[in-house]
Amino acid sequence: MKEFFLQFQDPNTQWVLFGTLLLGLSSGVLGSFALLRKQSLIGDAMAHAALPGVCIAFLLYGSKSLFWFIIGAAISGFISTWLIHIIVKKSRIKEDSAIGIVLSVFFGFGIVLLTYIQNESTGNKSGLDDFIFGQAASLVKSDVILISTISVVLLLLTTLFYKEFKIITFDPSFAKGIGLPVKWFDSILIIMIVLAVVIGLQTVGVILMAAMLITPAIAARYWTDRLSFMIILAGLIGAFSGGVGTLISTTTKGLPTGPLIIVAATSIFILSLIFGPKKGLLQAFIKHLKLRKKTALNQFLLSLYDLNEQSLHSKLFSEIEVFEKRKISKSLQQYVIKELSNKGLISVEDGQVSLTDKGLEAAYELVLNHRLYETYLMHELEFQEVMSHKEFSISLLTEKEKQKLYQLLELHGRKPVLVPNSLRAHKKKVFIHEL
Amino acid sequence: MSYEAWILLTASLVGASCGLIGSFLVLRKMAMLSDAISHSVLLGIVGAYFISQSLSGVYMLIGAGIVGLLTTLFVQLLSDKGVQSDAAIGVVFTFLFAIGVILLSLYGGNVHLDVEHALMGEIAFIPWDTLEINGVDIGPKSVWMLGFVLVINVLLTILFYKEFKISAFDPEMALALGIPVTFFHYLQMTMLSLTTVASFDSVGAILVVAMLIVPAATAYLLTDRLIHMLWMSIAIGVLSAFIGYYSASLFNVSISGAMATATGILFALAFIFSPLHGLLGKWLAQKNVRMEVKKG
Amino acid sequence: MAHPLSVENITVAYHKKPVLQEVSFSVPEGKLIGIIGPNGAGKSTLIKTILGLIPKASGSIEFFGDTYKKQIKRIGYVPQRGTVDWDFPTNALDVVTMGRYGHIGWMKRPKKEDIEIAKACLKKVGMLEYANRQISQLSGGQQQRVFLARALAQDADLYFMDEPFVGVDAATEKAIVTLLNELKERGKTVLVVHHDLQTVKEYFDWVLLLNMRVIAYGKTEEVFNLENLQKTYGGKLAFLEERPTLVKENRSV
Repeated sequence: MKEFFLQFQDPNTQWVLFGTLLLGLSSGVLGSFALLRKQSLIGDAMAHAALPGVCIAFLLYGSKSLFWFIIGAAISGFISTWLIHIIVKKSRIKEDSAIGIVLSVFFGFGIVLLTYIQNESTGNKSGLDDFIFGQAASLVKSDVILISTISVVLLLLTTLFYKEFKIITFDPSFAKGIGLPVKWFDSILIIMIVLAVVIGLQTVGVILMAAMLITPAIAARYWTDRLSFMIILAGLIGAFSGGVGTLISTTTKGLPTGPLIIVAATSIFILSLIFGPKKGLLQAFIKHLKLRKKTALNQFLLSLYDLNEQSLHSKLFSEIEVFEKRKISKSLQQYVIKELSNKGLISVEDGQVSLTDKGLEAAYELVLNHRLYETYLMHELEFQEVMSHKEFSISLLTEKEKQKLYQLLELHGRKPVLVPNSLRAHKKKVFIHEL
Repeated sequence: MSYEAWILLTASLVGASCGLIGSFLVLRKMAMLSDAISHSVLLGIVGAYFISQSLSGVYMLIGAGIVGLLTTLFVQLLSDKGVQSDAAIGVVFTFLFAIGVILLSLYGGNVHLDVEHALMGEIAFIPWDTLEINGVDIGPKSVWMLGFVLVINVLLTILFYKEFKISAFDPEMALALGIPVTFFHYLQMTMLSLTTVASFDSVGAILVVAMLIVPAATAYLLTDRLIHMLWMSIAIGVLSAFIGYYSASLFNVSISGAMATATGILFALAFIFSPLHGLLGKWLAQKNVRMEVKKG
Repeated sequence: MAHPLSVENITVAYHKKPVLQEVSFSVPEGKLIGIIGPNGAGKSTLIKTILGLIPKASGSIEFFGDTYKKQIKRIGYVPQRGTVDWDFPTNALDVVTMGRYGHIGWMKRPKKEDIEIAKACLKKVGMLEYANRQISQLSGGQQQRVFLARALAQDADLYFMDEPFVGVDAATEKAIVTLLNELKERGKTVLVVHHDLQTVKEYFDWVLLLNMRVIAYGKTEEVFNLENLQKTYGGKLAFLEERPTLVKENRSV
């Protein structure tokens, strides 16, 4: 443990950490765009395809140089993207297969070059192996400066062109319509994604780099619905994972950095998946429970009202009868009876229930709204506003439409017959009585 | 049998199994799922080793089968929870693969397992790692395992040919006919996992993907009948194995890498020259149409 | 004799939005039944729910007084065209043969008779000469006819067809109608989700007017009237006022 903290003081570690944080930042940011453009797996292809580019750069330059490696990787990254595009466009091969073909063939060719280099040269090949799984410890100061500079440029460009990237991702045809040079920005974005992939290769490695684009972005999604926050959060998660992975990797001999970073990032994803306030499982579960309870209460009232409406004399019904009308799960049945009688909406005696006056009012509201919504759905296309169940409200319709809806309600014979005394007395809902 | 012959046989068996199952993956647009499973089975292999403390092929196959199914399951789970499918695949397999690599680096060092081997295979060692029953040497372990997997794949494909076909072509109709589409999906994923693991030893994880997808895609461009596509994928896989091996010997490079590259070259040839679906074929067809129009 | 199809109290919701509510009806044998309703009324959903392709919240369904699984060989389905991979390496004859899979059973090959049946079905829809054509090379109408032939090959007693007439050419439409009548003559029962109000009286003996609920169900001449149509379609029916009379005029010629 002490050794772990000592590491922080080592200037080399500090430099490496700095570089990794920045590159995690840019992966998260650009990965968000890749994710939203549904191009996450193309990022995987780009990363794998970079290997031959790096090897060729080595062969041409003669020794390790991150600068030329990056150029080589970028070029083969581009070629791979272009090839995928061509294959899909010019043949009946589908996109998933095209990505798989380019990814595996390029990588295979990269391995060929790698073994060629290993067999030919005597010791200068050092550095190439690191590109498969990543090895942050092998980063030197000049490497870090290069990676950091590119990251900063990428981040600056993102801030500069944020609006444009956002709109070409969300609605390219609209963007074209308002005169935005979509192809131009598309190309810039692709270049930026390629660069984000390529600078990460030495740290994360070819095989896992795809995850750097995907995982932080998808984790961020669970915390926010706004693109700007998502991008920033993705960047932070990427940076954090990069940092944690690098630290552990540099303190343990023989552990490649890539896998550690990915495990860190995925752990954050799993936590986000469960606890995220926006779409997290925990939230969804709690909401679901609340909804089930509310629905059960409503179902009961609706059923009781229907039974009352159908039989014109009897006002008393057995619990079982009501539960039969609209099924309510056994576990909630007790709750429903208790809650409704506590609220004074029903009165229970010996397993027989009846609606109280207050209950009739509540039930009437429910039934009316329910049937109006149903009628609305049956004739949805004739109304201006399109509303979902949650939003449905009479007040959102125009006068004319309200009339029409009530007319349709009557036409289908669904007008609620039992009107509570309070309404009869106050004539609150004018519409119904006008018909 | 000569050293070289064993290697070629091994590689051909890989090509055959991969071509067969790969065809259905390509048709069902599940190429990336196969990429995912072939990465994550590394964890299955490592896990199997830790639990069984042995490198026996049987345990590896079981471990692979389990992890393969888990991968499919997790991806499905995430998809159902609203994660977009490409992201789901990316997250799951990279995570499982990363864990596999970490375990391997930490604990696999002393044993025959090492990372590079898992990645690229070491087909050169295959002929020497033989199986002995009652003291009789009956050939390399890999060949036995691959042969076994190939037999299973062929058998299942023959038995369930109709069901595989219609599940790929029209899953809704298949359901309406009472065919358990989900069962066949998981069955194929299991076949995929077994094939991947059996191929691991010889060509390594990453290069199995090439053998799975590329020959099948090549065959897809060459024919309009499913049955032809199947045997063509196998043939192209085997051909790539031969071309790859001889090129690698010539240039002294990775055999599996060369085989993967060979699949790519064959694909490129089909892409350009296929009379049915290649660039040339389409160009010729268009020319014919123009000539017909001129004549008429 | 049990009805070919008996549906009781089916309710289906999709993402909490009710799509089908308390739908009940029983189908008489040997008739052509049209399922009519506006877009989004749940017509396709109804068929898919009946065939078990979509889960239902409540309700029961009986086929010839029995369950779907037990009677599956007697049930044929022609889905809407969009769901298939057209680039699949298969030709017209092959697709039609797939219709025999229910009869062939697991792990067995299609026999010569199955192929002959498939060919005969192709002939019935006028597509025999295209038997070896890969399906993406067929026109929309031709593709539809191939799928129809596939349903015929199923040799069922109860057929479900989802909008078979959408987007087809006149020749195909004629072929489909001839086919439907032939099926009826052979005592088969056919339910067809239909979109064209003008042809309902001509094609169907019975009609189910559906808009989330059953608005009306029965013999066409009794049930297919302006009042019910108004209930089903709401105010959009203004133009229909003229149509019924026009149809009558043509008929008497």
